[in-house]
Amino acid sequence: MEMKRIDRSQKVRVGFHEAKWDEAIIYELSKPGERGILVPKADKKVVDAVGNGVSMLPKGLRRKQAVNLPELSQNHVLRHYMRLSQETLGADVNIEIGQGTCTMKYSPKINEQLARGIFDLHPEQDPSTAQGIMEIFHETDKYMQEISGMSRFTFQPGGGSQGLFTMGSIVKAYMNSKGETRDEFITTIYSHPSDAAAPALKGYKIIYLQPDPKTGVPDLEAFKAVCTERTAGFIQANPEDTGLYNSNIAKFVKYAHKMGALCCYDQANGNAVLGVARAKEAGFDMCHFNLHKTFSTPHGCGGPACGATGVRAGLEEFLPAPLIDFDGKKYFFNYKFENKKFGVHKVRAYYGVAPVVLKTYCWIRSLGPNGLYQVTKTAVLNNNYMFKKMLEIPGISAFYITDDNQRVEQCRYTMEKIYKDTGVSTTDIQRRMMDFGMHYWTSHHPFFLPEPITLEPTESPSKEDIDEYVNTLKYVFKECYDNPEYVKSAPHSSTTHQVDESVMDDPKKWATSWKVYLRKYK
Amino acid sequence: MERKKLGLIINPIAGLGGSVGLKGTDGVSEEAIHRGAIPRAEERTQRALTELLANKNQVIVYTGPGSLGGRIAKQMGFPYVVDGALSDGHTTGKTTQDLVRWLQQQDVDLVLFAGGDGTARDIYAAAKASTVFLGIPAGVKIHSPVYAVNPSAAGALANLYLTGKVTKTSEQEVVDIDENQYRHDIINTKLYGYLTIPMEHAYTQNRKCASPPSEATAMETIAARVVDDMEPDTYYLIGAGTTTRAIMQELGLAHTLIGVDIVCNKKLVAKDVYGKQIMQYIRGKKAKLVVTITGGQGFLFGRGNQQLTPEVIKKVGKDNLIILATKDKLFQLRGQPLLVDTGNAELDQKLSGFYRIICSYYETAVGKVATN
Repeated sequence: MEMKRIDRSQKVRVGFHEAKWDEAIIYELSKPGERGILVPKADKKVVDAVGNGVSMLPKGLRRKQAVNLPELSQNHVLRHYMRLSQETLGADVNIEIGQGTCTMKYSPKINEQLARGIFDLHPEQDPSTAQGIMEIFHETDKYMQEISGMSRFTFQPGGGSQGLFTMGSIVKAYMNSKGETRDEFITTIYSHPSDAAAPALKGYKIIYLQPDPKTGVPDLEAFKAVCTERTAGFIQANPEDTGLYNSNIAKFVKYAHKMGALCCYDQANGNAVLGVARAKEAGFDMCHFNLHKTFSTPHGCGGPACGATGVRAGLEEFLPAPLIDFDGKKYFFNYKFENKKFGVHKVRAYYGVAPVVLKTYCWIRSLGPNGLYQVTKTAVLNNNYMFKKMLEIPGISAFYITDDNQRVEQCRYTMEKIYKDTGVSTTDIQRRMMDFGMHYWTSHHPFFLPEPITLEPTESPSKEDIDEYVNTLKYVFKECYDNPEYVKSAPHSSTTHQVDESVMDDPKKWATSWKVYLRKYK
Repeated sequence: MERKKLGLIINPIAGLGGSVGLKGTDGVSEEAIHRGAIPRAEERTQRALTELLANKNQVIVYTGPGSLGGRIAKQMGFPYVVDGALSDGHTTGKTTQDLVRWLQQQDVDLVLFAGGDGTARDIYAAAKASTVFLGIPAGVKIHSPVYAVNPSAAGALANLYLTGKVTKTSEQEVVDIDENQYRHDIINTKLYGYLTIPMEHAYTQNRKCASPPSEATAMETIAARVVDDMEPDTYYLIGAGTTTRAIMQELGLAHTLIGVDIVCNKKLVAKDVYGKQIMQYIRGKKAKLVVTITGGQGFLFGRGNQQLTPEVIKKVGKDNLIILATKDKLFQLRGQPLLVDTGNAELDQKLSGFYRIICSYYETAVGKVATN
């Protein structure tokens, strides 16, 4: 038989299929008496000296019933979790362009290895035994100050939304300290929903600015119409999730200050501005970054994460406590800085997720200031290349295209024409892209733009990666016309096929835990 | 498994006028045929029903004879029942209404209808609020959001609804344009009422954010805000719309869905009033006007609430306007201004500017009001 080279001319991964193990819940695999580790019996001399191990535990801590854990051997545990891991579509295996706004860049594995070195640290161990990690926190704080122009950072917030909550809390604390009873907070439609939710949790009424239908960014006159002596704060992501940068942001901030409000910069989209624009120069009073996004730590699908939050000089006293400072000889937990009466005090236990801060530190150190700037330049270049290729696809467009604007690091497209022609919606595409091992994201709800697609390449993918992603989209959009039913009934090559979502609307059909599931379904 | 009952109504003359430049079909169907227009409603219905073929045996079609739906149901192999009281041939708006009433007596699960805005008006005239409808776009004028974007989408949504995969419904406007004025390039829509249709996109769990509240919940929170803020001894003019209706429901008061009611001290003062009648109540009194977007084109005044005359609006004053809209409704405008066409150009200019639009209990959005 003549041997030939494997044909790699197919640009779209049509042969992809996810692993499907039909793996049971681990409790269903449990066999009474099966064990992974048999703890050896203590030597008789030890028992004679200290008694039974359990008898050493205080009475109040001893279990009254057997612990409800599944009973499996080591190889069964290993097999179970390895199988589950094969059934996910993680960032390590797919071209992560489709999750717009998530900033799914490459998370260096070397940083993961370095972080393993601190897993045995405990937040309550004596600071004298944790000087190394405290130095890391302190140094990273200084890097974030330099990147943003802010005066001081906390790493206590456990994620982006908690960073926004921290900013909302600082505004509230500040206003309380001034005896102000302002009750309104302004944000924009295209900022993250948490930009509204966070100040709402602090009791503020929320005012949304809509985008100008031509430019896609909020209108300054609309802002001035609602920014009054009742406004406590203004919070906006810039660029917003459409990828458009509001170049008048400093004017918004200036007007807000004139009315006595504080300005908060949601820098979840910080990948667009590293080394280019800072919160300080725009006049912001505070800002936050998602270390698990912009700083690669990575985006852990719900954690661990960090919404590092920084403030300008004069607002440090309101930051959550403690901060980590250096007295010339040692690093220590500083509680003295805080405004005891009005300060935020705490938004979360301890000081921040140490491995996340460490990986941020490593990432920044490995790139240096010029490297951070290159990150943004490459991310913006990648996105603009992709923007051009996407708009060449029939039926795909983007709103807010004028002669003098461009997208920055991401873009929100629309496939409205394709939907009107074929009935295939953006959520159908989301499921069909899984058949090629790719993610794809639409928008926050409710959709402001019809049939939205939000994509963000970051600096990590190569031109070939971007081409593969765009070619796959092109392939699927053509399928919408050639075989719409196949797209609508996707996914076909995924671990699970299309799920009947109607159950989501019926709370009676939910089982929120394993116990509830066993009780409800015989 | 019990079979679902699908009502089917085809307006056989829908769409005739448009293809021969008549800008509509009402009253000109014979001229349209004379000009060579070919009926297309049945072909568009066929495209919609194609989406249901896979579940053909789980459905019984209830319909009118021949071109009203019986012919296509038979041709496509659906089990079907025909309204024996109707006859094929010359059909009118009354035919449509009679068929709607018969379908409702048969207790159908869903009524698919093919036509345009005129057909939707006829449907509405006989519809009960509890009946669920969905339009297959086949007419010339399709301004009412009771229609799906295309016939296939209508069929697909009908299939999802009948198989229980879509369970939520929403009320959508039935609007129509005066065809005679339209032929003279004057667009003047009027709100006729609301039909309940299946919700096209059910919100599902999104890994980046929680599911937003339903449209109905949003309206309730808006209504609660308005009611909680009501000032004593102030006359509140509650305008047309489902969002404003929620206020009356919150207060437990009877209401007019496409009219103006007056409330004072949380009690109903007058129902379904207009112009001069309204002035009699509010002259010399403190008054506020509660309005929402109506008319299918993002209008605040001039499409669907013409009872609010320029005199009334002037008396209330710009500062006493309370504008409501759910985020869904507002976002459909994609940042375009809310339009005013009171009939008084000077008043329209005075009303222009930025407003806070209440979109939930603690949320407002900044909206621009303009004349175009």
